[in-house]
Amino acid sequence: MFKAKVLIKRRKTILDPQGKAVEIGAKHLGLRNIKNTRIDKYIEFNVHTDNKKAAEDEVNDYCKKLLANPIMEDYEFTLEEV
Amino acid sequence: MLSETKSRLSGRLPKFGVVVFPGSNCDHDTYYVLKKIFDLDVIFLWHKQSSLENCDVIILPGGFSYGDYLRTGAIARFSPIMNEVINFANKGGFVLGICNGFQILLEAGLLPGVMIRNESLNFVCKDIYLKTENKETVFTKEIDGQNVIKVPIAHGEGNYFADDNTLKILEDNNQIVFRYSKRDGSITNSANPNGSVRNIAGIINRAGNVLGMMPHPERSSDSVLGKTDGSLIFKSLVNNIFN
Repeated sequence: MFKAKVLIKRRKTILDPQGKAVEIGAKHLGLRNIKNTRIDKYIEFNVHTDNKKAAEDEVNDYCKKLLANPIMEDYEFTLEEV
Repeated sequence: MLSETKSRLSGRLPKFGVVVFPGSNCDHDTYYVLKKIFDLDVIFLWHKQSSLENCDVIILPGGFSYGDYLRTGAIARFSPIMNEVINFANKGGFVLGICNGFQILLEAGLLPGVMIRNESLNFVCKDIYLKTENKETVFTKEIDGQNVIKVPIAHGEGNYFADDNTLKILEDNNQIVFRYSKRDGSITNSANPNGSVRNIAGIINRAGNVLGMMPHPERSSDSVLGKTDGSLIFKSLVNNIFN
């Protein structure tokens, strides 16, 4: 079995209104050096197979078709044997 | 309205299907308008069924399907009925996505682009004006002579985005059907309630049979509510899809 850890990042060219709003909070906190706050997604799940290639294929499928929207997001993941 | 609509028909009336996803909440409003205001044949279609039951028009209603989890519309797009809706649309069947329904159409790839959080981060619920940019669609023909309609919006993620190339294709093919405007039809930043690129509020596919729009025509179709401009969209469908 593998534990998959997926990071889904919105492309830099796409506005992230949440990140922008959170950064206003940073300014109010007096944190003057914080710039370009982006809020992305981190997703964890188990893949029940012992075949690493099969696990990678299934995670790629999951990411491409559902977890990430390829129009605006990129993804990367790691697989850790557990 | 009813007799006027029927009198213009050559005969057959379309049958409407309103898809119900877990979390849809404008399904009953849409059903009510079609049934009680237009006196049409309309049925609910549960998202797990795989038949569209010979409907002529499929409506994906507003709401928060699957709690808007992951991305709006992303999970509903994989409900069993969506395979049928996609096949139906690809064969020329008429599909109208309203609000969350529009978001589902984007996720399903039936329309281009994506929806992101409103620029203000606020959920915006108010009446807005829409400039009808394309009155030659089956969804908008009855708006002729009245370019600007007043229809409410109610969404947190209606900030439409598409890359420049996609926008050029949409513009070149007259696929931008509605833009947020002022009452006089002028397209301004102040009339844009959510930050949508180029004030886009509704787009149609190239073939002209799939329309997605963020505003809610079903909430402005019953005169009891003090506004009826939204009914022009349903009336357009009834009067034009068989003509």
